[in-house]
Amino acid sequence: MMTSNATQDTEHFDVIVIGAGPAGNAAALITARAGLKVLLLERGEYPGAKNVSGGVFYGSRILHELIPNWWEQAPVERYICRRDIALMSATTAVSLDFRSTATGYADPPYNGFSVLRPKFDRWFAAQAEASGAFLLNSCVVDDVLRENGRVVGVKVRRELGEVRGNVVIACDGSNSFMAKKAGLQREFDGHEIALGVKEVLGLDEHLIRERFQLSGNEGMAFEYLGAITENVHGGGFLYTNRDSLSVGVIGQISSLVEHKKRPYELLEQFKAHPAVAPLVRGATLREYSAHTIPEMGWHMRPKLYADGMLVAGDAAAFCFNSGLYLEGMNYAMQSGLAAGETAIEACRQGDFSKGTLSRYEHYLKQRHVSEDFQRFRFAPPFVNGERLQNLYPDFVAHAAENLFRVDGNRKQKILPLAMKSVRRFRIRPHHLLRDFYHAARAYLW
Amino acid sequence: MTTHEEKMRTARFKVDDKPHIVVDAGICKDCAVRACVYVCPANLFVPLDDGGILFNYEQCFECGTCYIACNQEGAIQWSYPTGGFGVTYRES
Ligand SMILES: Cc1cc2nc3c(=O)[nH]c(=O)nc-3n(C[C@H](O)[C@H](O)[C@H](O)COP(=O)(O)OP(=O)(O)OC[C@H]3O[C@@H](n4cnc5c(N)ncnc54)[C@H](O)[C@@H]3O)c2cc1C
Ligand code: SF4
Ligand code: SF4
Repeated sequence: MMTSNATQDTEHFDVIVIGAGPAGNAAALITARAGLKVLLLERGEYPGAKNVSGGVFYGSRILHELIPNWWEQAPVERYICRRDIALMSATTAVSLDFRSTATGYADPPYNGFSVLRPKFDRWFAAQAEASGAFLLNSCVVDDVLRENGRVVGVKVRRELGEVRGNVVIACDGSNSFMAKKAGLQREFDGHEIALGVKEVLGLDEHLIRERFQLSGNEGMAFEYLGAITENVHGGGFLYTNRDSLSVGVIGQISSLVEHKKRPYELLEQFKAHPAVAPLVRGATLREYSAHTIPEMGWHMRPKLYADGMLVAGDAAAFCFNSGLYLEGMNYAMQSGLAAGETAIEACRQGDFSKGTLSRYEHYLKQRHVSEDFQRFRFAPPFVNGERLQNLYPDFVAHAAENLFRVDGNRKQKILPLAMKSVRRFRIRPHHLLRDFYHAARAYLW
Repeated sequence: MTTHEEKMRTARFKVDDKPHIVVDAGICKDCAVRACVYVCPANLFVPLDDGGILFNYEQCFECGTCYIACNQEGAIQWSYPTGGFGVTYRES
């Protein structure tokens, strides 16, 4: 254990990582493995104590490259081999159900796992420690330390004061004060950030298997769009853990304000929806939590490096939100690793200037981080559009109600039925065309 | 169904003596939007009859939503509680 004096007077680190989430833990692990002297600072009582995620860690095989068969020792809940995306009106849900035992879904290294962050982050940080990183919990970083315009360390609250290091990697999550303090990020607007509220609901393991038609350790992920958030832009999710469910609602902050909606009331409405209520029946509340999500990806990314500093994970807005996907943990890890690789190279060269740290861009590309965000840059604004959020899910649900209704009247063919719904919802052909174009631009090419 | 109070009882809060969020009631008096009242997931902003806002930092999730939503410059002074204090999750 370090004493405060030792830190202040003599300790100098190669790398200081702020935040022990997936980004920070990955950065600390890889730099410590390279033999560097690494300090990992976390403001929670333990890593994960302050962290909330919906909870499916997709693309989890990147961790397999670092820690082979990591799922055998990590606190994972279930591997996700079933997904369901539902469009909802107040009374109806129409969903696309995906289930697969294709290679990589239901066998190692798996496509994704449900996780609970206080447990998972704690485990991951312990791996970084085992590789040689110093982890200091209960420690808030208040500012970066600057000399002659370069970042040379961090200012931490209370007795430690200042800690110096060659490269500071900010992995402090969606409200990254460090990126802002270093002048790399601006203040956010309410349409760029969403608030997620979540409950973990305890449910018997056998009941989970039966209710969701799962065997063994299989798990499933439901995502919902449409009426569940009323007019608020956002969606809902329900994920299976081993003996609990993660259930939550995500709402864009500006539209929560605009429609004067309270997030926890939306969550209650969501749980009461006819498509969701039977899934959560009998489950008991274990924990309620809330956290923000950077939603606009490419449009809100900060400058990624400065002299002596790099930004990774949610702090760099590497959170992928495009309707079909909500992925942040894997990109946090990938960007944390890319930042770590950059720091290793800088230490090797003994040069921590912006010029050297700009290698970060190269490593991000190599790990498909910036590529993915750039390629899908049109998706977040598109899925957050008014019609996609509210009109179309309602429309599809209503059209399906008509299609499946058998009421003794003469049967109609699909097109006239659909046209009836189009008229009822006052969907304009030129809007449809424009949205189709935007959808195609967001996802197809 | 769970009430908001039941929800709030499930997270653990270690309260720091020093508030990490300070709300300027004077500025709030002139605010018509009252964004904080709706968006705070912990329901910590309570509008008062005299037009002011009552705020209690103790059960805060440290999510940052209030300061992003508030449109009045300087109304909310926001920072993190001292290390180890504030909210601690065990499941999320
Ligand atoms: C409701 C919700 C649902 C989501 N669903 C999913 C999902 O299903 N799948 C998925 O992949 N992603 C999901 N995400 C996104 C995902 O959680 C994030 O992208 C991911 O956690 C980002 O990791 P990170 O390491 O960058 O930041 P974080 O996990 O936020 O970690 C930041 C760390 O820094 C610490 N810290 C912050 N400031 C300081 C400071 N000043 N001093 C010291 N320590 C500090 C924090 O305590 C924290 O430990 C969801 C997010 C939310 C909120
Ligand atoms: S905190 Fe901001 S949004 Fe809330 S009442 Fe005060 S000025 Fe208005
Ligand atoms: S940070 Fe979040 S929980 Fe805390 S007062 Fe602001 S909105 Fe409420």
